[in-house]
Amino acid sequence: MRNLRILIGGAMTLIVIVTALVALVWTPYGPTAIDILHRLAAPSAAHPFGTDAFGRDTLSMIMAGAENSIIVALAAVGLGAVLGIPAGLLAAARGGWTEELLMRGADLTFAFPALLTAVMITALRGPGAYTVMIAIGVFTAPVLARVTRTAAGVIWVQDYARAARALGRGRGAVTRVHILPNILSVLTVQITIQLSLAILAEAGLSFVGLGAQPPAPSWGRMLNDAQTYIYTAPFLTLFPGLAIALAVLGLNMLGDGLRDAMDLRRRRRA
Amino acid sequence: MGAVTHYLLRRCATLVAALFFASIIIFIVLQILPGDPALVILGPDAQADTLKALRHQLGLDLPVWLRYLHWIGGVLTGHLGRSTAYDSSIANLILQRIAVTVPLAIFAMLLASLLAIPVGAWAAARRGAVDGSIMAVTQIGIAVPDFWLALLLILIFAVHVTWFPAGGFPGWWHGTGAALKALVLPVVALAVPQAAILARVTRGAVLDVGLRDYLRTARAKGLREGAILWRHAMPNALIPVTTLMGLQFSFLLAGTIIIENVFTLPGLGSLLFQAIGQRDLILVQDLVLLFAGLVILINFLVDVLNAVIDPRLAQNLGQGLQ
Repeated sequence: MRNLRILIGGAMTLIVIVTALVALVWTPYGPTAIDILHRLAAPSAAHPFGTDAFGRDTLSMIMAGAENSIIVALAAVGLGAVLGIPAGLLAAARGGWTEELLMRGADLTFAFPALLTAVMITALRGPGAYTVMIAIGVFTAPVLARVTRTAAGVIWVQDYARAARALGRGRGAVTRVHILPNILSVLTVQITIQLSLAILAEAGLSFVGLGAQPPAPSWGRMLNDAQTYIYTAPFLTLFPGLAIALAVLGLNMLGDGLRDAMDLRRRRRA
Repeated sequence: MGAVTHYLLRRCATLVAALFFASIIIFIVLQILPGDPALVILGPDAQADTLKALRHQLGLDLPVWLRYLHWIGGVLTGHLGRSTAYDSSIANLILQRIAVTVPLAIFAMLLASLLAIPVGAWAAARRGAVDGSIMAVTQIGIAVPDFWLALLLILIFAVHVTWFPAGGFPGWWHGTGAALKALVLPVVALAVPQAAILARVTRGAVLDVGLRDYLRTARAKGLREGAILWRHAMPNALIPVTTLMGLQFSFLLAGTIIIENVFTLPGLGSLLFQAIGQRDLILVQDLVLLFAGLVILINFLVDVLNAVIDPRLAQNLGQGLQ
C-alpha cells in the first residue's frame, strides 16, 4: 500500500516531467501558433484537447505549460532552499539569540502568503515569471527553515554529535559531517511537498495575471482565458485544471509515501 | 503569576512586535525600494512639475522616518489616506469591501470545519475501507486548485443548471437571500480543498491521542462509541486541529483574493487587483498591511485559544521561549 503510493505518485510525476521534456523538442502544433479558422474547436482527432479562442492547440499549450510549471517550481523552491536550509542549520547549531532571531523572522514571513508578496512585487516591477518565482521562494524559505531547524535539533542531541563537539570539532564541521547528511531524507520529503505547493501557487498567480505573460503558455492563465468562453467552449476549463491536479497529486503522493516509508524505517531501528 | 498568564503576556508582546515588523517590511518594499513612488504611480512619461506636486501631496519630500510615522499613525487612528484612483477615503473603500470578504472567509472556514472534522474523526474511528476511501478522496481534494473548482462549479451550477449566479454580488441591502445565494459557489470552492487538508489532520490527531485505547476502555464500561469519540478523544485532539485552522484561515483570506476575481465579487481582493492595475500605491500598501495584520492576528488568537484549551501547552511553550 505504502509502496503503491510511491509508485503511483512517482509515475504521475514522471508523466509531467517527460511531457515537459518532450515539449522542449516537439509539440503537435506550435504552442503559440494561431489558427483563427479553427478557433474554439471541440476535442477531435486533429486536436485531442480542442483549440482556444485564437485557434491554438490546447494539448500543445498544456505540454509547453508543463515546462513553465516545472521551471518556476524548481526555481522558487530552489530559492526557498538556499535561504531556508542554511538559516535552519545555523539556528540549530548556534541556539540562543541567533536561533530566536532567525525563527521569529521565519514566523514573520508566514504573514505574507505568496499572493501578497507577488502583489507587492507586481506593484513595483510588474507581473512575470520572475515575480512568481521570488514570491513563492520567499514563502517557501520559512517552511524549510523550520523543518531544517527541527530535524537538525534532533541530531544535535545525539551522542555522536555531542562526542564530536566534545572532541573539539567546530559547529560548522559537525553540521557538515553529522547534521546535514542525517537530515537529507527529511528535507527531500519536504522539498517534494513544497514543489507541489509551488506548482499550485504558480497556477493561482498566473490565473490572476501576476505570472507568466502572454504568449508564454501557463496552465493558470489558460484557465483564466477559458473562463471567458465557459458558455461556448466549456471543454477549455477541463484540461489545464486536470494537468495541475495531476502534477500536484503526483508530487503529494510521492512525498507522503516517502515520509511514511521513512517513519517506518526509523521505528524499526528504534 | 500563573504560567498561562505569563505565556499570554509574552504572546501579546510578540503580537505587537510582529505587527510592527510586518508594517516596516511593507513600508520598505513599497515606499523605499521603488526609489520614487510618485514615479511608480504616474509612470515614466510624467511631467516634472506633476511629479513634484504629487511628491509633495504624498509627503515624499519628508524624511523617511517621518513618512513611516505619518502612515502608521494614520492607520492606527483610522485615517488611511485617500485613494488616488478612486478619489475616495481608503477607510470607506475598505469598509464597503470588507462586508464581502470577511463573510466569505468565515463561511468557507465554517463549511470546511463542518465537513472535515466529523469525516476525519470517523475515518480514525472506523479504519479499514472507510478510512482508505476517505484518505483517497481527501488526497485528490488537496490537489484540486480552488479556482479550478470554482470554474467547474460555475460550469455545472450556473451554466448547465442555473441554480446559482456565475458571478457578481447584489449587495447585502437588496435582501440577504440573494446575497447569500451569490456567495454559495465561492464558499464551496474555497472550502473543499481546505476541508480535505483539515480532514487528514483531524484523522491523524485523533489517532495520535490513542483513540483505540479510549474505545476499548469505554466499551468495557458500556458507553456508546459516538459519545466516546466526541466527549473524550476529540477534546484532546483539538490542539493540532485548531492550530491548522488558524493557518488555513490565512490561506482562505489569500484564497478569497483569487476567488473574488473568478466570481467578480466586490471584496478586498478585487480592490487589491484594481489598486495594482491603477498603480494606486497607497491603497496597495494599506491593503497588504490589512491582510498581513489579519493573518498575524488570527494566529495570535489561535495560540491564545490553544493555551486556554490546554494550559500544559502554555507552560511548555513558556519554558521554550525562555
